[in-house]
Amino acid sequence: MPAKSIYLDHAATTPLLPAAREAMLAGFAIWANPSSPHAAGRAARAALEEARARVKTALGWSGEVVFTGGASEALALAITGCVQPLVGVSAAEHEAVLRHAASAAKIAVDALGLVDPAECALAGLVAVQHVNNETGVIQPLAAVAEAVHGAGGLLLADCAQSAGKLALPDADLIALAAHKCGGPVGVGALLIRDWAMLRPGGGQERGYRGGTENLPGVLALAAALEAGADWLDQAAALRDLLDRAITAAGGESVCEAAARVPAIAAYRMPGKSANAQLIRFDGMGFAVSAGSACSSGSLRVSHVLGAMHFPHADEVIRVSLGRETTRAEIDSFIAAWHAVAG
Amino acid sequence: MTYLDYQASTPVAPEARAAMLLWLDAAGSANPHSPHAAGRAAKAAVEVAREQVAGLFPAGGRVMFTGSATEALNLAIQGSKARHMAVSAIEHAAVLDTAQAVAQVHELPVDSAGVVDPEVALAPGTQLVAVMQVNNEIGTVQPVTRLAERAHEIGALFLCDAVQGGGKLAAPAGADLIALSAHKLHGPKGIGALWVRDGVALQPLIYGGGQEGGLRSGTVSPALCAGFGAAAALALAHRDADAAHVAVLWAAARAVLPDWTLNGSADQRWLGNLNLRRDGLDAARLISECRAIAFSAGSACASGSGRPSHVLHAIGLSDAEAKSSIRLGFGRYTTLDELVSACRAIDAAARAQD
Repeated sequence: MPAKSIYLDHAATTPLLPAAREAMLAGFAIWANPSSPHAAGRAARAALEEARARVKTALGWSGEVVFTGGASEALALAITGCVQPLVGVSAAEHEAVLRHAASAAKIAVDALGLVDPAECALAGLVAVQHVNNETGVIQPLAAVAEAVHGAGGLLLADCAQSAGKLALPDADLIALAAHKCGGPVGVGALLIRDWAMLRPGGGQERGYRGGTENLPGVLALAAALEAGADWLDQAAALRDLLDRAITAAGGESVCEAAARVPAIAAYRMPGKSANAQLIRFDGMGFAVSAGSACSSGSLRVSHVLGAMHFPHADEVIRVSLGRETTRAEIDSFIAAWHAVAG
Repeated sequence: MTYLDYQASTPVAPEARAAMLLWLDAAGSANPHSPHAAGRAAKAAVEVAREQVAGLFPAGGRVMFTGSATEALNLAIQGSKARHMAVSAIEHAAVLDTAQAVAQVHELPVDSAGVVDPEVALAPGTQLVAVMQVNNEIGTVQPVTRLAERAHEIGALFLCDAVQGGGKLAAPAGADLIALSAHKLHGPKGIGALWVRDGVALQPLIYGGGQEGGLRSGTVSPALCAGFGAAAALALAHRDADAAHVAVLWAAARAVLPDWTLNGSADQRWLGNLNLRRDGLDAARLISECRAIAFSAGSACASGSGRPSHVLHAIGLSDAEAKSSIRLGFGRYTTLDELVSACRAIDAAARAQD
């Protein structure tokens, strides 16, 4: 990494919080298998269950929690394990949902990336993300949940980009990833309102997931969620500053009119391809991305912007802010934007 | 506390812990799939680790990182789309339960020593044969090289669960798919690997961003990879020393426990696993009485479930004999003194039950 790098790609992953790091290091010392019946194993089990309770408290969740290896696994578990088949997905979902959804109806999004709740009234499992990973747009999940439940369906909400930032939506199944909210890569969770919504399959996690539990990761996830989201006010102010400066410089803030999580913004630089922008910004020490990290570098145009029928989708980059992002970093980025835009 | 449960999990090696620390700092926390400089640095760490872990496998294949060995085994079995499988009767539940969920399963028996006959009949039409390298409960080493040849003779693929042998024994030659777990070889929990021989095609279980060559979506953790890589490199460097150390420990433990009966072959085994029984013993009671010693009565996963071990059953033990069996597991960080003291304490507590 260049010496003076500025990291504005927190939606791809965000640094491990010091408290989470401490929890993880403490966890490495509790290395007995939580399924072992001896005292060391029971101590690990007790630490795991205490962490589970802390995660529930931090999230305000009264249902069940299954720890997984990440959000992609949690989504796969929800979709393949749910007692109802996947019948509908928003067109703006992450690939981790879309790739499981070949036979499900695609629920269209409007020019701001929002679904129409009425179109989500399907009898079966319906997946609508809470916050879009490329634009930061917040879906109207209260109304979506009402529509899904009215039709006798269940709502799966991918909360990878919202957990630890926004209050959880009123969904039946919720997937989250620790590394998007200050925890470590390699651990996530599936929240389930009621065990009856999921078929068992696996030896650990009450028989819903096989594999030795990643206790250090779970401890760190709990610590990360407990850190709270006070920083979002500051991020919102910085994001608004970016919106104004980039718009004034001839750029476009994508979905500016929609409710967005303050941590994620997408900007279009007219006449410059996203890949050309990325190369310039990278050379100047800025880590930003074109769409999601997963598809960055693939030269594929974003399916999210495509679903919104956004013109010039190939000129859009994502700038995402974190807890440590400062005013000085945003000022530097704005100066760099001017330089790249020419 | 004396920890004698190395088959359930192993202490994180200081070297593995140190390797993880850099990638737990803000400077090392980018997403390895991001194309910017920070992401490329994270990706480089993942690829260095992949090379280190590859040292535990044969040549001619790819190492795919997963969240666990269980996930690796699920990916191998479900992803192969095999509908007819042959699996040994002593496989871990991660193989047995998965196979039974997706395929017609023919079970390969073991003899009273806990070893599969290398010339066992394999039904024509079998698409995938799964036999573990080292059994997790009784430590017996299986003739996997020959069984892989046999599988290939009938056109089947061979899957080897090498979780208990990885880093300890030579990689199972001839296998097409091999699963490993980091935390069983002094690496961190939360990461495993599936080795896939070149030319073997699998369907993914977890879709999404298309990481790991499209085979396993989900952000890869540079920290966990670095820890796994360091643990793998260490295991290779210490393989002979670790084996010599457990041989000394094994002989000492056997000497302290002369009138216990060994479960499983005495010579075809990993010596870091000592599975013993004693007539009339209540193993569950013994575990709760010996509070300062961590040992088990079978696999950690099945422990506490109350069901008798399918492995001990497969070698011909009765339910009563299975419930009088204990597993002592030791390795690199076990000292001779602590092992001998623990075995004496276990022996005394067992005699007190007579």
